Amino acid sequence: MPLLKIDKLSKSFGGLKAVSNLNIEINDGELIGLIGPNGAGKTTVFNLLTGVYEPTEGSVKFQSKDMRGLKPYQVTQSGMARTFQNIRLFSDLTVIENVKIAYHQRSSYSTLSAFLRLPSYYAGEEEMQRKAMELLKIFNLEDKAEEVAKNLPYGEQRRLEIARALGTEPKLLLLDEPAAGMNPQETHDLMNLIRWIRQQFNLAILLIEHDMSLVMGVCERIYVLDYGMIIAQGTPDEIKNNPKVIEAYLGEEVV
Amino acid sequence: MGKRINRQSVLTLVGVLLVYAIVQGSIFMDILPPFVALTLIQVCIFIILATSLNLINGITGQFSIGHAGFMAIGAYVAAIVVVKFHGPLLLALIAGAAAAAVAGFLIGLPTLRLKGDYLAIATLGFGEIVRIVFLNTSYVGGASGFSVPKTITWTWAFWLTVLSIIIIRNFIKSTHGRACISIRENEIAADVMGINTTKYKIMAFTIGAFFAGLAGGIYANYLYIIQPLTFSFLKSFDILVMVVLGGLGSLTGSVLGAVVMTVVSAALSGWPEWRLVITAVLLIVMMIFRPKGLLGTKEFSLSFLGKKGDKNASSKD
Repeated sequence: MPLLKIDKLSKSFGGLKAVSNLNIEINDGELIGLIGPNGAGKTTVFNLLTGVYEPTEGSVKFQSKDMRGLKPYQVTQSGMARTFQNIRLFSDLTVIENVKIAYHQRSSYSTLSAFLRLPSYYAGEEEMQRKAMELLKIFNLEDKAEEVAKNLPYGEQRRLEIARALGTEPKLLLLDEPAAGMNPQETHDLMNLIRWIRQQFNLAILLIEHDMSLVMGVCERIYVLDYGMIIAQGTPDEIKNNPKVIEAYLGEEVV
Repeated sequence: MGKRINRQSVLTLVGVLLVYAIVQGSIFMDILPPFVALTLIQVCIFIILATSLNLINGITGQFSIGHAGFMAIGAYVAAIVVVKFHGPLLLALIAGAAAAAVAGFLIGLPTLRLKGDYLAIATLGFGEIVRIVFLNTSYVGGASGFSVPKTITWTWAFWLTVLSIIIIRNFIKSTHGRACISIRENEIAADVMGINTTKYKIMAFTIGAFFAGLAGGIYANYLYIIQPLTFSFLKSFDILVMVVLGGLGSLTGSVLGAVVMTVVSAALSGWPEWRLVITAVLLIVMMIFRPKGLLGTKEFSLSFLGKKGDKNASSKD
């Protein structure tokens, strides 16, 4: 049974078919790329998966569970986390607070213990602090734990967003253009980080990306989306030589 | 984190006890002018109102301006318990606060789907509806008011205020409070981080309403008489001004805002025609020089009296 099974998923906005008849399967621990030209519908797919949009047709099954009609927070609670193409941090909060918010759904103490500061409050807060610091250490952000998120350099904000998503302890991580705005060196580091995350956290990753070197370098399988439809799928080598993909990206050859 | 009792909490406790003792002492020796006593109780009431509104507006970022409505519910329910059922004061206060909380929950369910201006208008409408309902209910005296015996003393008002601040602060500095703050910061991201945004908005609204109701109960049992006109949108507006003046998102700011505004308006009580003018000027100057309020989102702390070191005292414990 695959971890994620997208079956004949479609989404129309009025007359525009943003995504049509999409079929994707992701197994445990796989690293999958979703590529396509601008406006192909990649982010729409993420929004459909995470409950931001309701699909017009088709189904999404995650860990054999039907995800239809779930709200974004319920999708996250069931083990799917995402980052955003345009970074959406809690920018006025500190780095560690950003991560702690991700741990909220697994917090162990009630509102009553918060009001009265019962022992479970202290235990719960200490555990969160410890877990959040561990996560920051992994991402090399522990020195900046008390810094306000918006003051971090761009690359670190990206890293923090990934760290925060991992704080929800997902089984599947959706990364929406994580290399956007990064220089080649940063992209290279990110590539290693993504590989390493997958092993360390034992999860599957679905990656949307424009940067071909990144996608070709880390993904095991790639889906190519154009005008809301899958036009090709396969290993990076197969995709590189697929005439349909070349056509979608570079245009048709003029004879 | 870690140490549960630190230097700062000891200093704060000493400060709180000192304020209480000085006032209580002067009441005991009968040297406190009645006007000052009245102002002090009003300060307490407005501190509870401002901090609880800040929980909704500043912490959770839901712009509500119907706080006087919840205060009115608390005041009238507490008054009914005391006058009509001869219940004890504590029970009356709890009943008033609980009734306001229930109203907050019921109003929050539909209105918190609205955002920004729309929510503000809906809560404003709610406050006016509450006032008009009481205005037209002869059971509670209608427009002429409802007489209630004065049973609130400085001790009651002061310690209930302290308790309210502590409970709201404890909530804010917990994971549940952080969930509320995350909604203010970025609602979409909060949702995607697994936070049930609707639940936390309603929770903040309900807790805020609870304490507004408590403040209403204290008010009713101190002022001899309550009238619907007291709880008009102008009252909501006064509370909002205190919160904005102190800084949206700062609890100590709300306390400061409540103290400043209450004292200023008490000092100007001899010139009622100037009160609103001076308040307005104060606000304009404020918005120009400190648009985020006196304290912004920071918390005032006494830690500078101790060792330096902890430069992030505002975000930590």
